[in-house]
Amino acid sequence: MSGTFGNPEIIDIDTDILIVGGGMAACGAAFEAKRWSGDDMKITLVDKAALDRSGAVAMGLSAINTYLGDNNPEDYCRMVSADLMGITRDDLVFDVGRHVDDSVELFEEWGLPIWKDKETEGVALRDGGKPVRSGKWQIMINGEGYKTIVAEAAKKALGIENIIERCFIVKYLLDQNEENRISGAVGLSVREHKLFVFKANAILNVCGGCVNIFRPRSNGEGNGRTWYPVWNAGSTYAMAAEVGAELTMMENRFVPARFKDGYGPVGAWFLLFKSKATNGFGEDYVVKNADMLADYAPYDKAAVVPTCLRNHAMLKEMIEGRGPIMMHTDVAMAKLAETMTPKEIKHLEAEAWEDFLDMCIGQAGVWAGMNIRPEEKPSELMPTEPYLLGSHSGCCGIWVSGPEDIAPAEWQWGYNRMTTVKGLFTAGDGVGASGHKFSSGSHAEGRIAGKTMVKFVKDNAGFTPALKGDIPAIAEEIYLPVRNYLEHKDKTTDEDVNPHYITPAMFQKRLQKYMDEYVAGVSTYYHTNAKMLEVGLQHLTWLKEDSANLRAKDLHELMRAWENYHRLWAAEAHLRHIMFREETRYPGFFYRTDFMALNEAEWKCFVNSRHDPATGEWEMKKVPHIDLVEKHYDGQAH
Amino acid sequence: MPTFVHTEKCDGCKGGEVTACMYICPNNLMKLDTERMKAYNQEPDQCWECQCCVKACPQQAIEVRAYQDVVPMGGACIPLRTDQAIMWTIKFRDGAVKRFKFPVRTTAVGSIDPYGGKPEAGDPNDQLLFTEAGKTLPTIS
Repeated sequence: MSGTFGNPEIIDIDTDILIVGGGMAACGAAFEAKRWSGDDMKITLVDKAALDRSGAVAMGLSAINTYLGDNNPEDYCRMVSADLMGITRDDLVFDVGRHVDDSVELFEEWGLPIWKDKETEGVALRDGGKPVRSGKWQIMINGEGYKTIVAEAAKKALGIENIIERCFIVKYLLDQNEENRISGAVGLSVREHKLFVFKANAILNVCGGCVNIFRPRSNGEGNGRTWYPVWNAGSTYAMAAEVGAELTMMENRFVPARFKDGYGPVGAWFLLFKSKATNGFGEDYVVKNADMLADYAPYDKAAVVPTCLRNHAMLKEMIEGRGPIMMHTDVAMAKLAETMTPKEIKHLEAEAWEDFLDMCIGQAGVWAGMNIRPEEKPSELMPTEPYLLGSHSGCCGIWVSGPEDIAPAEWQWGYNRMTTVKGLFTAGDGVGASGHKFSSGSHAEGRIAGKTMVKFVKDNAGFTPALKGDIPAIAEEIYLPVRNYLEHKDKTTDEDVNPHYITPAMFQKRLQKYMDEYVAGVSTYYHTNAKMLEVGLQHLTWLKEDSANLRAKDLHELMRAWENYHRLWAAEAHLRHIMFREETRYPGFFYRTDFMALNEAEWKCFVNSRHDPATGEWEMKKVPHIDLVEKHYDGQAH
Repeated sequence: MPTFVHTEKCDGCKGGEVTACMYICPNNLMKLDTERMKAYNQEPDQCWECQCCVKACPQQAIEVRAYQDVVPMGGACIPLRTDQAIMWTIKFRDGAVKRFKFPVRTTAVGSIDPYGGKPEAGDPNDQLLFTEAGKTLPTIS
């Protein structure tokens, strides 16, 4: 039977491993898992978009931010710990650090152009080629085609017949016989009237971070020009939480300070071109406010000041009216040009533009529209609206089992990167308490999970998934927004203004408004307190009730309805964690004005949460933090 | 900074069910108007400006114009991509034009042989990825 709008054809698929997502972690997992499984297992990858251009690397990147080279994984742990204010899992970070270079070397072999220094031009990294480093951990690439290359390898590995594109997984399903055991997933096609019901032995949950839960700085067409990809809807966190997986550090967020309005990258400008940023009156705000940062010792002593503390110093200038914050690209380029030939200067200019054109074309558009030439005038910086992620300079995510040879007993329960739900794994933005993986580390982490999932499936070969819940009822629930639309659309003369339903777009705007106003968005300069959070939670509760009234006038809107439902869950987890952590751990990312100090004695710990799928209650708890690598926060270059 | 489609240039990918832009857009924005056989962006305020559709369009019918709630009119960033390189034309509001060309790939498209010459799977119980066969992995000392 073929489906019609509102009555989808139900497609049942049995698979051993289900990879949910199509980004770097998913591609790494596909490549690795297939080699370990051989033809003994069925591995299926489901992508909401098209694998060639999906995930956070869809547009491309101008740098790979994690390549250790001559560095050692202990120092990598120290750098990540310092930037994330001391609370990270050394076992997970170390594990990424010892595997990541292998992924980068594969990318080069597959065809990714990686810049080399003059002495080793044309020599592959594997053969001793020296990358051009923009920082201690970062290397420069011509990365416009980065994702297409990584996707090609994943496709070839898995076989195109095992990849389903334009299918959006919206829910995981537990097993009806075994408690706390994953057994499947349901998703909708965004192009055809089809609903997919998967049964799987193991699932990899890798759908990226969370974007657009806070009111963005733009107020119209520019809403889509978010810093992290606009299609990252928090599905990774929401779907895991819904089935009872333990989350960690969901209070953490990332507020990148970027070129204003286009959100173009600043890393190459700071690190490669040695550019300086100042307040509107030419003062270096990090130097000027160094005393203020001492309140957050010892992390202020890191060789590169943690990202949130740099924001903290910047925000003081903005709040007290000494903006605009300016990046002096003109001064930096003039200084570099002093020792260059005209040809080298032209090359430098091209590098500056490529930095945007490879990964943030919108910023090049802003410069073109505002007649900004970086060699002629400085550009304004601005901290963005908050983002939730676990792979960049942030560490919210899911609590996972660590590597057997490193993790202490309390951090491992059998399978590396498995969540607290048996059979449910994650990687990349999904793994909490371990940031700074970026694209390459996410790929490597996907590979780590890919290998252990194959082992898990072999060890659990006797498992037969029995989906918990009534599938027709679940299908009905997923299509409820369509039902709401069809039932009520003709009752008013304008189908967008109707008391019986709420459009996904308005639902998202409401979420963004209240997160912004009460949960430390841009309009309060990232400040909140317990009283404000209570009001915010009330609004999210009403919004959750209203989610039953979402409408979908077509399949595209049905995708939006479920994306925004996921955003709401991710937002609620974020709010509850901020409410629980009674200190200001990440000044510059957000402030608890009722607990403005860093409180190492009471809060140098993880905050974990679990939503109980049986009762709907959230349980919050402190989890002791330990350092596996001895930490000293000075002398660790970024 | 939403995409827009030049009416004259778009041929609806000659009647295929899925146009190149529909196939590739990471956010499911491009849509084919089957009556006019022309593609359009169905949700301009959700466009990330990644230009994936622009690069994929066989007719070079798609462009991006800056989001008007933020950017003054007149600028443009226009790519022309082959399998090996990308050429960018940057038009400033004041009329100036710059061009840049960057490599995108050092190997032929479709040439990746993921397991060719690579080790077989080793011991599932150790920590090595299959390509790391024979290596000694560091642990925390």
